[in-house]
Amino acid sequence: MSGTLAPLPHPVRAAALARLPALQGTYPAAFRVMNSTRLGVFLLWLAGTALLFLGLWRLGVEPSRLATGLGQMWHFLGLMLPPDPGSWANVRSILHALAETLAIAFLGTFGAALVALPVGLLAARNATIHGIVRFLSRRVLDGIRGVDALIWALIWVGIVGLGPFAGVLAIFTSDIGTLGKVFSEAIEAADRRPQEGVVAAGGSGVARIRFGILPEVVPVLAGQVLYFFESNVRSSTIIGIVGAGGIGLHLAEMIRTLEWPTVSFIILLILVMVAVIDLVSGRLRQRLMG
Amino acid sequence: MSGAAAAGLPLLPAARLAPLLAAVAAEKAAARRRFWLSAGVLLALALLAGWVAQVDAGRLLTHGDRFFGYFARLLTLEAGDRAGQWVWQDPGEWLWGLRHWLALLGDTLLMAYVGTLLGATGGFLFGLLSAANITRSAALRWVVKRVLEFCRTVPDVVFALIFVIAFGLGPLPGVLAIAIHTFGALGKQFSEIVENIDLKPVEGAVAAGADWPAMARFAVVPQVLPGFLAYGLLRFEVNVRGAAVLGFVGAGGIGQDLIEAIRKFYYNDVAALLLLIILTVVLIDTGTSILRRKLMEERA
Repeated sequence: MSGTLAPLPHPVRAAALARLPALQGTYPAAFRVMNSTRLGVFLLWLAGTALLFLGLWRLGVEPSRLATGLGQMWHFLGLMLPPDPGSWANVRSILHALAETLAIAFLGTFGAALVALPVGLLAARNATIHGIVRFLSRRVLDGIRGVDALIWALIWVGIVGLGPFAGVLAIFTSDIGTLGKVFSEAIEAADRRPQEGVVAAGGSGVARIRFGILPEVVPVLAGQVLYFFESNVRSSTIIGIVGAGGIGLHLAEMIRTLEWPTVSFIILLILVMVAVIDLVSGRLRQRLMG
Repeated sequence: MSGAAAAGLPLLPAARLAPLLAAVAAEKAAARRRFWLSAGVLLALALLAGWVAQVDAGRLLTHGDRFFGYFARLLTLEAGDRAGQWVWQDPGEWLWGLRHWLALLGDTLLMAYVGTLLGATGGFLFGLLSAANITRSAALRWVVKRVLEFCRTVPDVVFALIFVIAFGLGPLPGVLAIAIHTFGALGKQFSEIVENIDLKPVEGAVAAGADWPAMARFAVVPQVLPGFLAYGLLRFEVNVRGAAVLGFVGAGGIGQDLIEAIRKFYYNDVAALLLLIILTVVLIDTGTSILRRKLMEERA
């Protein structure tokens, strides 16, 4: 009888059952099987499931395709182990590509942080010049955020050519949007009292921001920059697929030429690199907050 | 200090004041040193990174105007009666493939929805299994956590690349890639929510004789459901963006048309598709924010 509560020992159960008719009389609504909220939830669940099956049908998720595909995956998995880069020259080029990936993430994130700080100030209710400026900055940031880093990478490759520089610019531009929004939310959440103190002591608007908002908010912003640096290391690993430098191009090539042992080696190194970065960044964030 | 004296506040005698002032000055000097040291380290790292990533500021300056030129070209009509004018002046010509693109956008949204739902279901179960206060076996928790970590760290584009070779082109590998990545990400977030619940209902259910599934159903799920739904909606928002680009590697959706248009220099199509993608993402973002806020209010 799993999924239901086992019956309680007799005296307690008997007493509860004896009170049941009285409770049903006093609170009829609680004992009704179906009420409007439950009906709403049920309909929502029904609609969600219907949409799921529509999606499965429309997107071609058929059991036969799944079965053949899983068979292939099993076959590839066998070929992927043990991971084997093939040659020392390969290892050197893979390590170089990983260093490029880190460099792209680093420059992109911190460059974007520098630009996102003033933009975030403009997009924050308590630090902006005018309501219209705030509205426009928010919309611009939303627009930039809506375009994925991979798409920016394609655009920048078209402008500055193939290579990691396009990747740096792609992370830089897409992060201005994300960091700008996150910064503005942190700035808006700043405590009012230091700002009021600065204004009461005769500070100008700029002084209010510099002495009233920034000292409290900068550690929070720095923590968020570190968090997004972690996330950008992951993004940088894939923008190489469109030619914007880093390990992505290598990985895509190896997958397309079915060199499975090298693929698993590269994925392993990516996992290690991300774990190390997460650890370092986590420690730094703790020191900032603590 | 003369101001304080003028205000009638008592001053410390100079002998006691001097060491305090010295300590404040030393602290400020130390803080300033720390600041410049960190700034120096950051600058050194940035220069190193710039060298490794072949950053060429000169190239950016000379080709910088290309950035705006590129966007100007995107927004200038190339063909049709009004060639040479802004794209929005001839919407019929600019949005010629609107019906086809809207269908592709619908497919993209469906991909994100199905992938998120499938991933959330698995993540729900594995999140419960990896929570320290619900699952007793440390070994089981460790294995589950490592599986979730693997699925979360490998980017969904990499899964999509491999799945395209195994399952063929089309949206199917995309859905699977999104599902697996979501499974890892939501599994971790779910386990964090579960580890923060009130244990009293759990103890009550266990004391009344509930086995593990019953305990989960009656004591854990009611507490964590709003949080689960909120994280699920957030992940759906992220997955819509992800689904839009999975088409780059052949995994279906609007990404396939976008990368084709960019590589074949169909500038106006690029502008149209980017506009559609941005509008969709903004709509989904706003919608899910509203839903998430309602969930949070309900919880409070």
